[in-house]
Amino acid sequence: MTDEMMEEGGAPGGVVKKFLYVNRKAPYGTIYALESLEVVLISAAFEQDVSLAFLDDGVYQIVKGQDTKSVGVKNFSPTYRALEGYDVEKLYVEKESLEARGLTEEDLIVPVQVISTEEIADLMESHDVILSF
Amino acid sequence: MLHTVNKSPFERNTLESCLRHAKKGSAVLLIEDGVYGALKGTTVSGKVSEAMKSVTVYALQPDIEARGVQNRVLDGIKLVDYGGFVDLVTEHNATQSWL
Repeated sequence: MTDEMMEEGGAPGGVVKKFLYVNRKAPYGTIYALESLEVVLISAAFEQDVSLAFLDDGVYQIVKGQDTKSVGVKNFSPTYRALEGYDVEKLYVEKESLEARGLTEEDLIVPVQVISTEEIADLMESHDVILSF
Repeated sequence: MLHTVNKSPFERNTLESCLRHAKKGSAVLLIEDGVYGALKGTTVSGKVSEAMKSVTVYALQPDIEARGVQNRVLDGIKLVDYGGFVDLVTEHNATQSWL
């Protein structure tokens, strides 16, 4: 890798791929949600084109009002609000998953685009790399 | 008998299986991701409400709060803290954990 390439940014050789992170697990019960968030931040540091999709129990990751004081684990939900600062701004939530859980867009801590199952499927088709958590 | 459920009802069938096997008068305690079964307006709310006619359903408050769902708990579900969890275990002859 030449110095010139490095100056282009974090992406070696200037290659930018479209990454989709598919989040399907509730927070805290398993480590998947937190691990996904960590990898998202890493790929953002490499200046990749990052999108996040929340479906099934993954929608619970971004529910407002999480308070983990009594369970003694870190509340990582505020981190989703910091993603904007890393140019991660494409957050998609599956409408059907919200509805099955009695949730609406107003219950979420970050601005998102609510889209249908079919649109989520199209989103998956349109990305180069899909990382599933 | 005390039954505990620790998995989301949207991901596993443990809550459903538990409710099918819980006899009248027994206690069901929802913990960890199992607390998602304690909420209003979901696709499983109806099943849980129906079960509450014959069993008492509890949910662990710290797990409810961690997940930000404290304002969505079904009417009639009793919230307990860790001390209450211990009390439920000691009050019942046996505990069945639906893993």
